[in-house]
Amino acid sequence: MAQTGDERPFPPGDYPVVVVGSGPGGLQASYCLSRLGVECATISRDDAPGGMFREFPIFQRLLSWSKPDAPAQPGTRAYEWYDHNSLVADDPQHQALVPPLMDRSYIVPSRSEMEAGIAAFAERVPVPVRYGCTWESTKRADDGRLVLTTSDGKYTCRAAVFALGVTTPWLSPIPGIEDVPHYVDTRQPEEYRGRRVFVIGKRNSAFEIADGLLPWARQVLLGSPRPVQTSVLAQATVRVRYLQPFEDHALGGGTFALDLAVDRIERSGEGWRVFGQGTTRPGAIELEVDDVIAATGFSTPLLDLGELGVRTVSQGRIPALTPFYESSHGSGIYFAGNATQGAPGLRKHGVGASSAAVHGFRYNARVMARHLVATHLGPKPACPTVEAPELATYLLEEATTAPELWAQKAYLARAVYRNGDTEIVPLAAWLDDPGDGAAAVTVEMDAAGEVYPAVYVSAGGNVRELLLPPHHLNDFRGPEHEAELRAAL
Amino acid sequence: MSERDELVRSLSGLALFSDLRDADLEAIADPELERRFGEGERVLRRGLSGSGFYVILDGEAAVEIAGDDEPRKLRRGDFFGEVSTLLDCKPTADVIARSPLHALEIPGPQLETFLMKYPHVTYRMLQTVTRRLRDVLN
Repeated sequence: MAQTGDERPFPPGDYPVVVVGSGPGGLQASYCLSRLGVECATISRDDAPGGMFREFPIFQRLLSWSKPDAPAQPGTRAYEWYDHNSLVADDPQHQALVPPLMDRSYIVPSRSEMEAGIAAFAERVPVPVRYGCTWESTKRADDGRLVLTTSDGKYTCRAAVFALGVTTPWLSPIPGIEDVPHYVDTRQPEEYRGRRVFVIGKRNSAFEIADGLLPWARQVLLGSPRPVQTSVLAQATVRVRYLQPFEDHALGGGTFALDLAVDRIERSGEGWRVFGQGTTRPGAIELEVDDVIAATGFSTPLLDLGELGVRTVSQGRIPALTPFYESSHGSGIYFAGNATQGAPGLRKHGVGASSAAVHGFRYNARVMARHLVATHLGPKPACPTVEAPELATYLLEEATTAPELWAQKAYLARAVYRNGDTEIVPLAAWLDDPGDGAAAVTVEMDAAGEVYPAVYVSAGGNVRELLLPPHHLNDFRGPEHEAELRAAL
Repeated sequence: MSERDELVRSLSGLALFSDLRDADLEAIADPELERRFGEGERVLRRGLSGSGFYVILDGEAAVEIAGDDEPRKLRRGDFFGEVSTLLDCKPTADVIARSPLHALEIPGPQLETFLMKYPHVTYRMLQTVTRRLRDVLN
């Protein structure tokens, strides 16, 4: 029962599942669990939905696109392919909520449009959240259940889903960096007018700052040990908006993207002095600049979860996860949202998943919810089915149109079991334990950027890989693909 | 440099990278290449295309070949995946984590550039591969 005068849902108590967070990851996880009939208490320290999009990106423009008019109708599953920012729902009325809010001045939404789209999802579905409730610590009770202590009291649950964002400013261990403003403390761009600015980092946030400062700063220098991989960048969403500084670097516009390992940073009068060693071209590098900004990334605010066995990757910034986004098998500690990049998948040909972006992790949340229910609450949720004679046609239809497989290449797959059940699964997990699986299909991309369907056929305890040819319009439903797949099945 | 992150420290202690400068180690220690596997998890899969080259930073793995009762053990500093990556073929063995495993993965398409850029690593790798060949011949 809610306290008198407190209309907020989910007062402290016992729940099957607790979801922490009200950003896109938390809302998507909460939605998916609710659709499976799970009573989950969703709590958030914030006072409104939106998570990191209530504040970031700092220059108010996203990287990922949504196409208001597209070959598929908004609200359909096929349209999800063209809308990388909306959360996904079963009811068409709750689908594609971001594009109608865009003013179409650009193909990627502004921060406020994105925030409004997330808020619309929370309101229309609705996804109830107890706002203003801060998770503070975690324990495991003697009966194995999790106990979350919050600012409002204790929550006990069989499993918890942490959708915390990867939002805590992280500084790389460079002497002197502790005095350097982080990305989140970047000032208004006009305050950098006529100044020489050094940005530590050459990833999304570094390029975002460089892009935002180009019209104002006298010179922008970006520096980190590894060179910009232009071949990777060309395939990444980052290119949509942030490639201008790199072009400036190539054409001689005064911007430099330096490959250097920064040794130390010192104050020098009103400015800064940066000392480093060249990596691609060895040699000492010393820079005098007016400003330094650390675009060194973010970490997941895991609080005390390490004491419950949560391990990390990426210098402690990201939780290491099973393919089903649990911290370790049977722990009941799950993650949603950006932190699901802690389950890297196969990374075939070095191609990573899109789990750090909404269009990737919205599908991870569905997979996570089904696994959580099957493992910790039971019974296993029902699946749609397909008839055996249609199998090849069905797999090729999925390879051509399934947004899950296109967003999460070589990472999520459509699996079909011998009884005709089908579900979206993490490919790595299915390959290791296909159970009574007959086949799984995914979409893959090789090092040259060629996109093709891959079918994995399970027989006699072995899984065989079948790579089908690409198609100039990515339509794999023609007779050639069908004949080759039927022969293999 | 007074303070080093964990990944750089870990790499600097391995024979494979022992000839490299600090700045090189920092360039190699890309957190995006860091991998962790649970005990029993498959790292390299027989018959699957698109795999990478792995260097073990911590933990133990086993090379499992069908019909082979004594899988070869791999430990900190050992590497695997070079055959399938260099020859662009599918692995003929599974590599399975036999304890929590911490590794660095150079994705297949990046290995050639990597080995050309760091010839000392290539030389150390060649020494190890030659030793393996000698052991097989003996």
